[in-house]
Amino acid sequence: MTDAAVQDATRVAPASPHDFQPPGFVRQVTTMVWRSLKHIKRQPEMLTDVTIQPVMFVLLFAFVFGGSIVIPGFNYREWLMPGIMAQTMAFSAFIVAIGLNMDLGKGIIDRFRSLPISRGSVLVGRSIYSIIHSSIGIFVMSLTGLAIGWRIHNGVGKALLAFGLLLLFGFAMIWVGILVGSSMRSPEAVNGLMFTTIFPVTFLANTFAPTVGMASWLRTIAEWNPISALVQAMRELWGNGPPALPDAALPLHYPVITTVIWSVAITAVMAPLAVRAFIRRTTD
Amino acid sequence: MTLTSTAPSGRARSSGPAIEAEHLVKRFGDMTAVDDVSFSVPQGTVLGLLGPNGAGKTTTVRMMTTLSEPTSGTARVAGHDVVREPEAVRRSMGLTGQAATVDELLTGRENLRLMGSLYGLPKAAIRRLSDELLERFSLTDAGDKVIKDYSGGMRRRLDLAVSLIATPPVLFLDEPTTGLDPRSRVELWEVLRGLVRDGTTLLLTTQYLEEADQLADRIVVIDHGRIIAQGTPLELKDQSGKAAIVLTVSHADQLEAARALLAAHVPEVHVDVAARQLTAPADGLSDMTRVATVFERSEIVLDDLGLQRPSLDDVFLSLTGHRAEPPAGDGASSPSPTTSPGTPSEERQS
Repeated sequence: MTDAAVQDATRVAPASPHDFQPPGFVRQVTTMVWRSLKHIKRQPEMLTDVTIQPVMFVLLFAFVFGGSIVIPGFNYREWLMPGIMAQTMAFSAFIVAIGLNMDLGKGIIDRFRSLPISRGSVLVGRSIYSIIHSSIGIFVMSLTGLAIGWRIHNGVGKALLAFGLLLLFGFAMIWVGILVGSSMRSPEAVNGLMFTTIFPVTFLANTFAPTVGMASWLRTIAEWNPISALVQAMRELWGNGPPALPDAALPLHYPVITTVIWSVAITAVMAPLAVRAFIRRTTD
Repeated sequence: MTLTSTAPSGRARSSGPAIEAEHLVKRFGDMTAVDDVSFSVPQGTVLGLLGPNGAGKTTTVRMMTTLSEPTSGTARVAGHDVVREPEAVRRSMGLTGQAATVDELLTGRENLRLMGSLYGLPKAAIRRLSDELLERFSLTDAGDKVIKDYSGGMRRRLDLAVSLIATPPVLFLDEPTTGLDPRSRVELWEVLRGLVRDGTTLLLTTQYLEEADQLADRIVVIDHGRIIAQGTPLELKDQSGKAAIVLTVSHADQLEAARALLAAHVPEVHVDVAARQLTAPADGLSDMTRVATVFERSEIVLDDLGLQRPSLDDVFLSLTGHRAEPPAGDGASSPSPTTSPGTPSEERQS
């Protein structure tokens, strides 16, 4: 062996995959999250759905509808904030679905699958990213809310509990996103489906207007909507709204525990379906 | 000598073939995409999997790289079974797929870091290897540019560089030069030859006969999922029929005399007046030597006299009854004849 060859060999050898253990799951996931965060850096406009859009909603609802919706004893602008935050968190399903679907449509998913890593790291990475993505939105909205008079009235503990419920609900919605992202053939299809389902669902609730004014059958649907429980819980925990009316549906009387139950139930139903859809999509 | 201090070729644990396929079959519903494909690739050599669009090349590669499970049959990469030991296979090989398999929103360096991380390499090693690979693929200046701004050739080179971050002993390349202009193609060939010199085993699929001819030690020709021929490029050419003697006359007015002279010694002569060229079937070098002697004794002045072996294009035609069609609409021009003086094709020359 020549000197050059020896040098060359020692230069190349340490990188052999046989000399290193494949990365642990945590490193796989953090790498996937890192990749998604880099995407934001390259395309900051990806964040408009959790920044400009909800802020616009806050301002539109607060100033356009704010005058005509009266919440006895409370300020509509404060009452509105938990609604918009819950809507934003529901959209995390959207984010994970689009991101996953775009990955699945490209050759890069094959490359990931040809690596000594778990397929699950793609899912978990996308999910964590989507929570980060939505949390940026929650942060931006909190600042906007503070600027237009939104306050938290009931102390740090309850405030954190409300944010915790918000994250828990976001976690449940991610499975919906994984299911949709793995099942649809194109990002456009994902967009179409999500816009015609999640979007109305977030309106058919107590998010922007009280359910009292709705037709009774519609009101029942709205009050059983998981989003209503979440919004009601946040309003009570932050002191932004009154307790449920005596004639409101059962979930709104126990909004915190209902939110937990809904989140667990959605996860329990959606997670197996989502994982199955993802495995099917990535197996041939 | 320890295992870790040897070049990539020495890392494989056994001295057996680096890649083996035994009776691989893949069915999608009623459609059989790959039908009983078997081959074996010794370490440090190049196998060209040649066939037209839809022949089953990509499906075969997907089975060998654990992306697709064989309906039946087995395959081993670096001695590991692709179905029973997919993890070990994944650690032993790199794959550059047909579609762009790099992240368009990351820079070249970030793509290398992404894959290095996912192979579990330490950060320092990733940095060092990234620098080396970028330099090796002439991408140093583009390392911090986002892939979206790369040209097709740069993207392909980076795609390949990313596959090499963990210096896999076995590399699968699915149509590595599809869509590249001739110059980028030749550049990429050079890089691939360098890898093989360093001991990497290569399996590449291609629709370009010329590419297989240029790079592969052995070629497996598949059509409709079945192997229709295999051998060295030379064997395949011999298999497809006769070589030809081609001679070019210096002066157009001697063309008829040359034809008559040649016709006296060979059964059949084809005349191309515009090119002042005569072509005649030949069995081999002895025929050509005989013709050369005859013309040396004559008054006829020749520009050129040579033996032309059938190109792989001709081989493909004789094997399948149809020409290998270049992919439609991918903007790829047929490789320029000047890049392969060794394999002229009559069709291109006329």
